Amino acid sequence: MLKLFFKLLSYHMKLAYWMYAGPAHIGTLRIASSFKNVHAIMHAPLGDDYFNVMRSMLERKRDFTAVTASVVDRHVLARGSQEKVVNNISRKDKEEKPDLVVLTPTCTSSILQEDLQNFVNRASIETQADVLLADVNHYRVNEMQAADRTLEQIVQFYIKKASKNKQLDTSKTPEPSVNIIGSFNLAFHNQHDIAELKRLMSDLNIKINSIIPEGASVQDLKNLPKAWFNIVPYREIGLLTAEYLKDEFNMPFIDTTPMGVVETANCIRKIQYILNDNGADVNFEKYIDIQTRFVSQSAWFSRSIDCQNLTGKKAIVFGDSTHAAAMTKILTREMGINVVWAGTYCKYDKSWFEKEVGDLCDEIVITDDHNLIGDLIAKVEPAVIFGTQMERHVAKRLNIPCGVISAPVHIQNFPLSYRPFLGYEGANQIADLIYNSFTLGMEDHLLEIFGGHDTKEILSAGLSVDSEELKIKWNLESQAELTKIPGFIRGKIKRNTEKFAQEQKMDLITLEVMYAAKEAAS
Amino acid sequence: MTLIKQIENEDLKEKINFECETGNYHTFCPISCVAWLYQKIEDSFFLVIGTKTCGYFLQNALGVMIFAEPRYAMAELEEGDISAQLSDYEELKRLCLQVKRDRNPTVIFWIGTCTTEIIKMDLEGIAPKLEVEIDLPIVVARANGLDYAFTQGEDTVLAALAQRPNQEKSKKSLSIINAENTDDNSFVKHLPLILFGSIPDPVVNQLTLELKKQGIRVSGWLPSKRYTELPLIYEGNYVCGVNPYLSRTATTLMRRRKCKLIGAPFPIGPDGTRAWLEKICSVFEIQPKGLKEREEEIWGKLKYYMSLINGKSVFFMGDNLLEISLARFLIRSGMVVFEIGIPYMDKRYQGAELQLLQKTCKEKNVPIPIIVEKPDNFNQVDRIRDMKPDLVITGMAHANPLEARGINTKWSVEFTFAQIHGFTNAIEVLELVTRPLRRNQKLEKISSERYTDRR
Repeated sequence: MLKLFFKLLSYHMKLAYWMYAGPAHIGTLRIASSFKNVHAIMHAPLGDDYFNVMRSMLERKRDFTAVTASVVDRHVLARGSQEKVVNNISRKDKEEKPDLVVLTPTCTSSILQEDLQNFVNRASIETQADVLLADVNHYRVNEMQAADRTLEQIVQFYIKKASKNKQLDTSKTPEPSVNIIGSFNLAFHNQHDIAELKRLMSDLNIKINSIIPEGASVQDLKNLPKAWFNIVPYREIGLLTAEYLKDEFNMPFIDTTPMGVVETANCIRKIQYILNDNGADVNFEKYIDIQTRFVSQSAWFSRSIDCQNLTGKKAIVFGDSTHAAAMTKILTREMGINVVWAGTYCKYDKSWFEKEVGDLCDEIVITDDHNLIGDLIAKVEPAVIFGTQMERHVAKRLNIPCGVISAPVHIQNFPLSYRPFLGYEGANQIADLIYNSFTLGMEDHLLEIFGGHDTKEILSAGLSVDSEELKIKWNLESQAELTKIPGFIRGKIKRNTEKFAQEQKMDLITLEVMYAAKEAAS
Repeated sequence: MTLIKQIENEDLKEKINFECETGNYHTFCPISCVAWLYQKIEDSFFLVIGTKTCGYFLQNALGVMIFAEPRYAMAELEEGDISAQLSDYEELKRLCLQVKRDRNPTVIFWIGTCTTEIIKMDLEGIAPKLEVEIDLPIVVARANGLDYAFTQGEDTVLAALAQRPNQEKSKKSLSIINAENTDDNSFVKHLPLILFGSIPDPVVNQLTLELKKQGIRVSGWLPSKRYTELPLIYEGNYVCGVNPYLSRTATTLMRRRKCKLIGAPFPIGPDGTRAWLEKICSVFEIQPKGLKEREEEIWGKLKYYMSLINGKSVFFMGDNLLEISLARFLIRSGMVVFEIGIPYMDKRYQGAELQLLQKTCKEKNVPIPIIVEKPDNFNQVDRIRDMKPDLVITGMAHANPLEARGINTKWSVEFTFAQIHGFTNAIEVLELVTRPLRRNQKLEKISSERYTDRR
């Protein structure tokens, strides 16, 4: 039997090769740089601004990332930051004229224990921008928890500010309206998900009051209470904000992720309930029925005979709690696949995860140790894996097909084409993902049974010069050098070198000959 | 301290304009050196003692490599370590034993980070005791972002290696080339020469062979392919660097090992390679053979690339310390350099390289570029907007935003990972430099105005 839970062995040095969730400041930076005209200043040593590379490379952003560092160097270590942080904040205020500057602590500043709040207070006296210190502790929270907290902090700050300036209008919009809390940079297929949610709301005749934080202006946050309700599509980031708005303004929120046809229907029914509770008279059942039966293909697809072959196949699921739970539900309830174990690295969200998928899989695994996940995959030998980029690599090693369903992300998880995971189109995408993973696996398997492709020899005949025939010899060093060349170009280098040697009428290939051949070829 | 042919620093000051900005620039954290050093030193294991932040950087910056079972890992510090509730010694012992059991390396490198600096973890104190207890050498290098930038990480590691006392070794472990060298009569008699700088093995072989053609025997490289093959270093040996960012290593070899440093330009570009070889020859009083022809032959092969960049301007934002050598080579290739940003400028260690830059500018009749130490990226982007250079060599944080503004860029990190040393690889440098220009030529038909925002 698999061990059910793996306890947090906290408070000692850990040997780690890989991590599922980033450090806290990444979460804060993701929120700050998602907003329009907000600048984050990290209190960090040189080289900690790697976030800018990720945003620029993974999301291929055309704009400079509004994140700079107030560099912690040897001098800061010896004498404290003194005026440096304050000066950096006022400098950015003048250069970029942001609405808000978020001072972001890092692991380094957590240990230095400088009074960053004091810097913020001093700087905000002279800046046009508002200045906030992100309230996150590197050693207590991870990337997602920090993002969740920072978003709440910024929303709270602007609600309070508006309230103080008597600019807070809490009257509801005349037509039903919603805030979508959950659009961020560097998130998994997020841009497409938000587009799909907007389409869904428009189908249901619900106006979008605001979408935060991506592309939103902090000045508009005061309008959040005007919406009838909030929707939080991903539970990792946004729940704190939704809860705050509920406490403060009694705004209802929906945290059912509309991923898969069943959950999308659940989410729509909750919307229906909230709207009717607030005096609208709506019935979305017909919409759900039509979408499920005709617009989305995935419900029919899972009835089709093709999908019979998937019945009872073994799968494992791992990812953040939102995606891992939703995927487990889809595999089990919508496709009849046997989820041997489902797991999440969001350890702090354990009880929710157990409640959601406890009945839908044989076991639950809560861990952020990728080695353990690798071992568990190897033990179960599933027909397919749905996980993060890490599981994709484990799958490659074990020769098991894998679909990526959750962050951590690579550049290929920022596709150019429309690939939502949410809503009815998302259900189609997921059905394709599942099916393609399986057929690829099956094809592979069949090929093996029938002896694989038999075209290899035919294809490679005539490509190589026969060195025996040429009577060209390779000495020991050049042979050793040849083996160091990556496999996929080794053949080409070998042929080129032999050709060169033949032209030069040499019969022994030494290191010198190899390099000379390289120079001649370039 | 012996520095071969002291350079006239005073003289340089007058002619090259050095500036220093705020140091607010983007670069890689120096712990990134584990990425190439673990591959270079095949029997090593690198343990980076730091936090999640360090781990996240390595994991993302090194991309695919992380999945190839790398011989490096994080010793991730948790709150208990920071607040000194736990014994560093016991914790490190536990992890190192685990590494020894799972990977069986010949040496473990401890890479100190910002955090170990701030909490003053005594790595240098712990290591000697622990290496006796676990029977495995432990080399400590402080490659942290408080003090260093990017490639300087390698410098801290090599400086630490240079301090290790000579080890007795079996003849069997000597590398092939050395074994061959011992039976060869084609060498001139000279004092031992040790080269320092981590470069891929094929490039090691190429440079070794170039020296062999001049009758010079390379007694060893720091680092070697294996830790057990580290060169024997004795007082009075000659040492010479192949990379511009190795000033601490050079200093260590001079002061601690009493070696004589050959201050030469670096073997990057055919001009640099020739100057490097000639300088080493001159120290050993050897008349160089065929170098002029060899250089010309290589320039001949670069003609196509040079025609693409001739008269074009380039701006180095600065992040890896290769900037002076690359700028010098590009000026020789016909480019005009507006600004050389550089994290740190050791005018002594790079003295000969600076002189060659000066000479190159004079001969090509172009102004000597301004050298900006510890640059400020915000100000640089301002200057780039004004100057509109044909090419900006920059980090990945700025590359896409600059491209979106119609400025051609080449990511600087590639120069660190590509093979750029020696005659053979000169073409690789120009291949990299011209790639954005060649690409954009091909895309000419969709006017860049269409999809860029020239602000």
